[in-house]
Amino acid sequence: MTGTGPSLAKGSANGTATAAESTPAAVGTEPVLLADRITMRFGGLVAVNNVTFDIPPRSVVSLIGPNGAGKTTFFNALTGIYDLTGGRVLLAGKDIGGLSPHKIASLGIARTFQNIRLFGLMTAEENLKVAMHSHLKSGLIRTVLRSPRQRREEREAHESAMELLDYVGIGKSADEYARNLSYGDQRRLEVARALALRPKVLLLDEPTAGMNPRESAEFTAFVQRLRGDRDVAILLIEHDMSVVMRVSDRITVLDRGEKIAEGGPDEIKSNTRVIEAYLGKAEREAGA
Amino acid sequence: MATVATSSSLNGASRWRGFFSGQRRWALGMLALAVLGFVFYQYLVPELDSSARASVNRWLPIISTNEALVWVICALGLNIVVGYAGLLDLGFVAFWAIGGYVAGWLMSDFFHQVNVHILGSVAETVPGIHLNFWVVLIIGALVCAFFGVIIGAPTLRLRSDYLALVTLGFGEIIPQVFTNGENFFGFNLSNGTKGITPVDPIEGAVFSPDGSVEFGNLGPFHLTSKYVIFVIITAVVVFISLRIRDGRLGRAWLAIREDELAASSMGVPLMRTKLAAYAVGAVAGGLAGVAFATHVGSVLPDRFNFSISITLLAMVVLGGMGNVWGVMIGALGLAWFNSTGLPQFGNAFNESFGTEINFPSYNYLIFGLVLVLMMLFRREGLLPETRTRLVLREPGRTELESMGAELEDPAPELEVLVRADEQAHHPVDPDQPATTKSSGSGS
Repeated sequence: MTGTGPSLAKGSANGTATAAESTPAAVGTEPVLLADRITMRFGGLVAVNNVTFDIPPRSVVSLIGPNGAGKTTFFNALTGIYDLTGGRVLLAGKDIGGLSPHKIASLGIARTFQNIRLFGLMTAEENLKVAMHSHLKSGLIRTVLRSPRQRREEREAHESAMELLDYVGIGKSADEYARNLSYGDQRRLEVARALALRPKVLLLDEPTAGMNPRESAEFTAFVQRLRGDRDVAILLIEHDMSVVMRVSDRITVLDRGEKIAEGGPDEIKSNTRVIEAYLGKAEREAGA
Repeated sequence: MATVATSSSLNGASRWRGFFSGQRRWALGMLALAVLGFVFYQYLVPELDSSARASVNRWLPIISTNEALVWVICALGLNIVVGYAGLLDLGFVAFWAIGGYVAGWLMSDFFHQVNVHILGSVAETVPGIHLNFWVVLIIGALVCAFFGVIIGAPTLRLRSDYLALVTLGFGEIIPQVFTNGENFFGFNLSNGTKGITPVDPIEGAVFSPDGSVEFGNLGPFHLTSKYVIFVIITAVVVFISLRIRDGRLGRAWLAIREDELAASSMGVPLMRTKLAAYAVGAVAGGLAGVAFATHVGSVLPDRFNFSISITLLAMVVLGGMGNVWGVMIGALGLAWFNSTGLPQFGNAFNESFGTEINFPSYNYLIFGLVLVLMMLFRREGLLPETRTRLVLREPGRTELESMGAELEDPAPELEVLVRADEQAHHPVDPDQPATTKSSGSGS
C-alpha cells in the first residue's frame, strides 16, 4: 500500500512528485506509523505516559524534549526493544505491538542509535548486508552449495550495498572495518545500514550528536535529500534546534513522558509550555 | 588522504592475488599436507628401517594422527558456536557423546532383539542394527543437530556467563545419562559403564601395504584407510564452515557476536540465528562422535567428561577463534601434545635425567600454563581471524580520537627522535607504542 516495492533500494531518485502521484490517494491520509496511547512503565516509573502520535508518509517528524523526557524510551517502545505497558503501534495499519525487534525491523521500522552501534569488526559493506538479512532468502543448504540463486542474491546485495554507501558518501570505504571509519562516516554508515532495511519509517536517535556546526548543516541537507529520494518517513530525536527547525514538518514535544505540544516549527517556537519546559534554555544556542 | 590510499592499495592487492586469495591458499596448503601425510604413512613408513620406523611410531604414530583429526572435526564445530556466533559453550562434549552413542546403537549388536541391516559391514545373520558407516554419519549429524536445538532453545535466552554455565550443565548431564543409562526407565539405553562394544568396522577402501586397493571392511590395522576417511570428513566440515561464514547466516552470526541489540534491530532473528549456530556446530560434534566410535571400535561413557569440553575450547582459543585454519592447527597441536608429545617428551626426559616424573599426569597443568602464557602474549591465538586481531591489538579509531591529544602524531621531523626515545625506554614492548602510532598516522 505504501509503495515500498522491492525496487526501493534502487531509489526513486526521479523526484518526489511522481512517487506521490503514483501511489493511491489513501496513503496521503493514512499515517505510516501511528502510536496510539502508548504507555511505558518501569516499576513505579512512568517513562512514557499515554502518548498518541503519528507520522504521515514521507514527512519528517521531530521528537524533542529535555533530557530524560522519554524520547529514547519511546523509540525503544516503537522498535520492540521494550514491551509496551499500554497502547498499540500501527505500522501502515498493521498492529506491531508485542512483536520482536527483528520482526518489526523487517516490517519496515529502521533505526540508528544515540551512541553508534555499528558492527565494528565487520566492513561497511558487511554492515549493510546484515541489515538486508530479512530480504535475502538463501538458507543453509543453498549457501553451502552456493547455488546460482544464492550467488545472484549475493551479487544483488553487493550492488545495492555499494549503491547505498555511495548515496551516503562513503562508497570508497566499503572494505574498511566500521570501527576504523571516522566519527562522521560512522554516523553515515549507520544511516545507510538503516536504509538497507528498506524501511517505511526511519528513526534517527540524535544523529548530529558530537557533530560540529558544519557537519550538522551537511546532515540537515542530507535528511532533506533523503526523504525526497527514498520514499521514507523520518522520525528524528534531536537536541540541535537549528537542525530540528530546518528539517521538521512537525515537531512533538515530550516532557517527563507526556506529550506537551505538537505542531509546525513556528507553532512550537512560540508555545509557552514548550518554552517553559525546554526551549527557554535551548533558544540561545539555537539562535533561532 | 591516508584512508583513501590504504583502501585503494588494499583493493589492488586483493585483485592481484585473485584466485589464490587467503582462504584458497590455506585450503590448498592443508590439502597438500593431508596428501603428504597419506603418502608418508602409506608408502614411506613401511620402507623405513626399523629404528626410524620405531621413532615415527613413537613420535608421530598414525593412530594419534587419526585421533587428532577427530579432535579437529569437533573443534571446528565448537568454533562455529564460539568463534563465529560468540556463544560460549562449556559442554560441547555432549554432542561428541551423542554422536558416539548413535554410532554405538546403529553399528553394533547392542539392540540384539532386532535385526536391521542397511548396507552394513557384517553378515546379515548377525543380530542388532548394522547400518553403513556413511549412513550413520549422516544420522549422527542429524540427531546432534536436533539435540543442539533442544539444548539450545531453553538456554539461548540467557546471556554470556549464564549461558556458559547452563551449557556446562548439559555437558555434564548428557554423559551422565549415558553412564547411568543401563536402566533408563526399564530400558537399557547405553549399557552403562560397560559401554557398547564392539562397533562395526567401516566398509571402505583398504590400502594394502603392497600398494593394492580393494573395497572391504577396515580392520583395526587399516589405519591409513581411516586416515583418508577422517580427512574427508574434516574437509567437508571445513568446506561447510567457510561457505556458511561468507553467506547470509555467517554475517548474522558475526553481527550477533558484535552487538546483539543492533543485530535484532536490523532484522536478524536472534533465537533462530543462535539456534542455527548450535545446530551446525552440533553437526560437526556428531560427526566427530561417530568417527571416534569407529576409531576406537567401541563407545565408553568415561571418555566423555568435562575435560574434553575444556580441551576443545582450549583448541579453539589457542588456534584463533573464528579462523578455521587456526582452530585446525590448534586442535592438531594440542591433540598431538596430549596423546603423544607429552608422554614421549616425558619418557625422553626421564631417560636422560634418571627421573621418574609422570609427565602425562601433568597435562592440565601444562595446558593451563600454555593458556595463561597465550593470554599474556598472544591473546588472539596462534592464527587469528583478521577481525579478532584488530580488536585485541589496535584500539578503534573513535576510541583513539576520544582519548585525546597524547595520541596525536608528533611532528614528523620529531618522529625519529621519539622512536629512538621509545626504544631506549621500552625495548621489549613493541606493540603498544607501535600500534597507537600506526593508527594515529592513519587518521
